[in-house]
Amino acid sequence: MISFTQTLRLALQALIRNRSRSLLTMLGIVIGVAAVIVTVAIGTGAKTSVADQINGLGSNLVMVIPGSVQTSGARTGNGGASTLTVQDGLAIAKLPGVSAVSPSVNVRTQVIANGQNWQTTATGVAPTFTTVRSWDVAGGRFFTQTETDEAAKVAVLGQTVVKQLFAGGDPVGQTVMVKNVPFTVIGTLAAKGQSGAGQDQDDTVLIPYTSALERITGGTSIGSLMVSAADAQHIDSVQSQITGLLEQRHAITGGRADDFQVRNLQDIAQAASATASILGLLLAAVAAVSLLVGGIGIMNIMLVSVTERTREIGLRVALGARAAAILRQFLIEAVVLSTGGGALGVVLGVAGAAAVAVLAHWPATVPLVAVVLALAFSAAVGVFFGYWPARKAAALDPIRALRFE
Amino acid sequence: MTSVVEVRDLSKIYPLEGGEDVVALRGVDLTIEPGEFVAVMGPSGSGKSTFMHIVGLLDRPTAGTYRFAGHDLGSLGADDLADLRSRALGFVFQAYNLLPRTTAIENVELPMIYAGVPAAERRRAALEALDAVGLAKYAQHQPNQLSGGQQQRVAIARSIVNQPQLILADEPTGALDTASSEDVMALFRRLNAERGMTVMLVTHEPDVAAHARRLVSFRDGRIVSDEPVREKALV
Repeated sequence: MISFTQTLRLALQALIRNRSRSLLTMLGIVIGVAAVIVTVAIGTGAKTSVADQINGLGSNLVMVIPGSVQTSGARTGNGGASTLTVQDGLAIAKLPGVSAVSPSVNVRTQVIANGQNWQTTATGVAPTFTTVRSWDVAGGRFFTQTETDEAAKVAVLGQTVVKQLFAGGDPVGQTVMVKNVPFTVIGTLAAKGQSGAGQDQDDTVLIPYTSALERITGGTSIGSLMVSAADAQHIDSVQSQITGLLEQRHAITGGRADDFQVRNLQDIAQAASATASILGLLLAAVAAVSLLVGGIGIMNIMLVSVTERTREIGLRVALGARAAAILRQFLIEAVVLSTGGGALGVVLGVAGAAAVAVLAHWPATVPLVAVVLALAFSAAVGVFFGYWPARKAAALDPIRALRFE
Repeated sequence: MTSVVEVRDLSKIYPLEGGEDVVALRGVDLTIEPGEFVAVMGPSGSGKSTFMHIVGLLDRPTAGTYRFAGHDLGSLGADDLADLRSRALGFVFQAYNLLPRTTAIENVELPMIYAGVPAAERRRAALEALDAVGLAKYAQHQPNQLSGGQQQRVAIARSIVNQPQLILADEPTGALDTASSEDVMALFRRLNAERGMTVMLVTHEPDVAAHARRLVSFRDGRIVSDEPVREKALV
């Protein structure tokens, strides 16, 4: 009886004898596995970064945004209505389970300072903003409640604005013009980076919401309300209380649709990660198909190989190889091809993921489980697609095989 | 002493679909004792190849009994036959059947691999067998670097490496020129004479058969003559 290691050696010898064909046969699996690894790495990176960014927005954050309005048949999208007011915010702040509320009044505008100008978003917020968004001040200070009550002309700048207007220098004490209104810079925000949607969160100028309403927009409606729940368990109840309160305040009864929306970031995070998961699944399915095609390629070549090596098989049988030994040798050849291809694919995939991470600044990480699964799956592909050719080889009649031309 | 080959009333019928059956062997009796050098002759279709395949444990008879070195073929399964082939039989083919891109010594080692012989022992026995056929210094050559005669001698080394009880040679000189044929036949004679190896040779060339010591002739699936070969004057 021939040992397993000896059969493995015979299989390897046979593969090495046909070096270039073996490599080409592996190629399908190599590409399939590499695709799987890169895909999973990108997907995992996406999920991690979405989760990071959602957490970065502030924990326990509940957003209230105006709903859609209909004007002579034309409906605006969500946020189109100007139904939310500062008073809504103050009422929400009194709800149990709510720790802080900050309105948000967004003005897309040009800001001028230091002989430079820059198109950015000036946002009117309350002093609670730092708590609600868990966003710290990097230099100077944030504005106070008194300054808010007085609609003071003070501003806190995001890092991108600091870079654009002051070339990275210290802006505290300088003056910036927002819609021709001079604001004194009293602080700068810590760098926050890109949002989940790819927006630069540091490209902002924060001013008291009172100043924004009185000095810039000249209205009373606000863009949105940021509400911070006292803790994560109360998010749902806070959400439903806000809905009830605002329906009451806006006199929405019966079948009328709400003119606002209450969203909690957990939901947004889940939706985002679900999207990422579906995308990952889709890509994984494509990768699985390419692995399948790779497997069929292996079966094809193994069948050709069995036909081509008919005489060799006949000889091995004549020299005393049992049918099981022939079967095992060809099966091992197929598994070595597929697993070798899988291993090469893992190397290529990890390199590809690293390249994506460096070139696209995408946090692509390769989970170990993906590597193990890819290798196991490619081995399974070899067994599955190698079995039929191997059985064909083992079933050959040695007399005919030896005569085969 | 147990006979190497003991065949009684052996017949082989190949059933043909929708036609008459082909009778390849009809009632063959033959005994080969250890140390014999037997040439089996006959025109094509005489049944000599079928006979050799059965003797070589590659095929089974339709009727009759075959005892190989005391083993009754009828009581053995496919794996037993494979094991017997690897331990007790040596094959030499017309087309050499060496593995391409594989060194001579690795080719010679092949039957021992299937017999489960350890690597060091395989190497030693393979070198010795190559030495016996005069090709020890070609051990690391691949078949395409050897002449036809040399390739056949490697194949003979492969057939003797397991110290088999019977060497079966199927038209071993069929692909060789006259000089190489003489070399190969002289080698068989020497292995038979000096090492006492039992050889059964299938050929249709009288010149080749003349190297044996016993000549069995087949015709229409039967043995028609079985006689000692007269010593040739020129030897």
